[in-house]
Amino acid sequence: MSKHRFAAAQRHRGEHIAEWTIRIVASTSILTIFLIFVFVFRETTTLFSPDAQNIPSSSATAEEILTPELYNADALTAEEAHELNIPEVYNPETGTLGEPEPIALGGPELPRSSTKQVAERSVWNRLTDAAWQPVSSDPKFGIMPLLVGTAKTTFLAILLGAPLGILAAMYSAFFAPARVRNVLKPTIELLAGFPSVVIGFFCLTIVATLMQDLLGTEARLNAIVGGIGLSITVIPIVFSIAEESLSAVPKSLREASLALGGTEWQTAYRVMLPAAAPGVFAAVLLGIGRAFGETMIAIMATGNAPMLTAGIADPVRTVAATIGAEMGEVVWGSDHYGVLFLLGTILFVVSFGLNAITELYVKQRLIRKFQGQ
Amino acid sequence: MKTLASTTTSKKRLLGFFAVLVTVVAVVAIIGLLISMFGTFVVQGSGQLSWTFLTEAPRNNNTEGGIFPAIFGTTILVLLMTLLGVPVGTATAIYLSEYARQSAAFARAVRFAVNTLAGVPSIVFGLFGVGFFIQFVGGGIDNVTAGAVFGKPALLWASATLAVLTLPVVIVSVEEALRAVPRELREASLALGATKWQTITKVVLPNSVSGILTGSILAVGRGAGEVAAILFVGVVYSLERLPSSVTDQFMHLGYHLYVLSTQSPDVEKTLPLQYATTLVLLGLTFVLNFSAIYVRSRLRRI
Repeated sequence: MSKHRFAAAQRHRGEHIAEWTIRIVASTSILTIFLIFVFVFRETTTLFSPDAQNIPSSSATAEEILTPELYNADALTAEEAHELNIPEVYNPETGTLGEPEPIALGGPELPRSSTKQVAERSVWNRLTDAAWQPVSSDPKFGIMPLLVGTAKTTFLAILLGAPLGILAAMYSAFFAPARVRNVLKPTIELLAGFPSVVIGFFCLTIVATLMQDLLGTEARLNAIVGGIGLSITVIPIVFSIAEESLSAVPKSLREASLALGGTEWQTAYRVMLPAAAPGVFAAVLLGIGRAFGETMIAIMATGNAPMLTAGIADPVRTVAATIGAEMGEVVWGSDHYGVLFLLGTILFVVSFGLNAITELYVKQRLIRKFQGQ
Repeated sequence: MKTLASTTTSKKRLLGFFAVLVTVVAVVAIIGLLISMFGTFVVQGSGQLSWTFLTEAPRNNNTEGGIFPAIFGTTILVLLMTLLGVPVGTATAIYLSEYARQSAAFARAVRFAVNTLAGVPSIVFGLFGVGFFIQFVGGGIDNVTAGAVFGKPALLWASATLAVLTLPVVIVSVEEALRAVPRELREASLALGATKWQTITKVVLPNSVSGILTGSILAVGRGAGEVAAILFVGVVYSLERLPSSVTDQFMHLGYHLYVLSTQSPDVEKTLPLQYATTLVLLGLTFVLNFSAIYVRSRLRRI
């Protein structure tokens, strides 16, 4: 009898341990979000202390190991790169930026003697420069051109991707016969399965040529090509979430509208779409989040020139692409390194904010709406 | 009066026609895009594809030869990623489905974190990999052991970074599978005197194996094509020998394609190689995605 009770107590304790282990592991996601913020932000701290500039990397081999990634880049001159139409990742050694504006990196022009002046300007002043020239004796970390470039490509991606995604979602949710819908949904969602590097390659080779033939743009790779590429990643996200929220609108609304003499399309556009508006809005927000943080497509298809211009047919450089292109060659612990992590922090904070809006605001509204309060 | 009514109805009908048509056009445009992407890569890539391309190492500065080291590197990377990520993802899903009260603050925080994690740009995971895994964890191990083995980009850190990146994929699919297990099964098990943990391990989990499998496959599909997150945590463009330990660096299909198409000195010359590499990468991700869809559709039928 007592043996029995002992076993039960053991079992009870085992239950307790199991539950708490599961709980602790489940908190990994929360912990990770916290750690991402802390550790991405932590690497920007070099920017806060004036004497911490250009600390050698904590592990001496790190830089050495990272550099060979830029395979053969120093064998390329700017002209060659331009001829080959390579969306060059800028090369810190020769200070060139292949495609297509050679103005961006002014390293060699400035005499070394300006280092004294360099020390007087803090990194924070440099962030508001009009140019992004991180490798130079007087480096300029102007993030404005990058932000404008990101805004351009994101805007174009949403302009193209959101209407396509929402309309396709409406077809799938309201007009398609059930059998078509069952095939259509997974088919469109296949688009989400394309690795972004493949989409980037598709834009680089096919879309860029097509758009240049169509529009006669000066630069082969530009914000338009980048925007089209990003819209390919936006479409499946907007479609999935919009479709889900359109399908979640209570059937009674549709029946009421039809009973009052509304046609199918009137019901779809004037009753169901407005009812699902918060969900559709959420879909677009998450699409924006995807487009502005996308790296590989931006690196490969936008031309990678950090220029501050207004034209959408100009080459641009996005925030994410800058990190992707430059992080590999940067000296760990330098100002440049810190600024790249600062850009990462910006990306993280914005994506976190967009997600928080959709989670906390939009979902609440949807729930309230459908419960008829 | 009658004609007025008929013109408004015909106008309405026309408007209705266009309202539906425009949605059909959107669908056709998306399907067209899908087909043109598949078509391009299949047509352009299949010519170069051969057994030697898949099994040989690249030659002559990656302008000739095969891509075996990249296939090998990608495979090992995603296997290691699965090993690290799936247990954590499954445990989180078990918590969300079996233990959490839906209104509990902690459960809501976990859900919020999972959704947020899914929206974080992959390049930020790459920075996290550098700052946390390489510098903090790896550097920390090196400090303690006085070595210089872990504090540098390596296969292990790339896998860990991808495991974190694909965590939401695993959690969402596994939770869906757990919830698909009928409540009656749990109740029957509990009524027979089994404890909660026994019910989970002996009844719920065996009934959702296919869901865990789906989650893992989807995660692998997502991880195999991811390049931005691993750019700085261990991938390289050429290797002298295949990685033999988790602290080695590795080649990767997606990264190979990226460098070949943007940074190699003779892009035109290697174009056939680029298409063939793309086809292999696409083949890998889509075989995985299709098998996930298949497993999941079987799951839904149960």
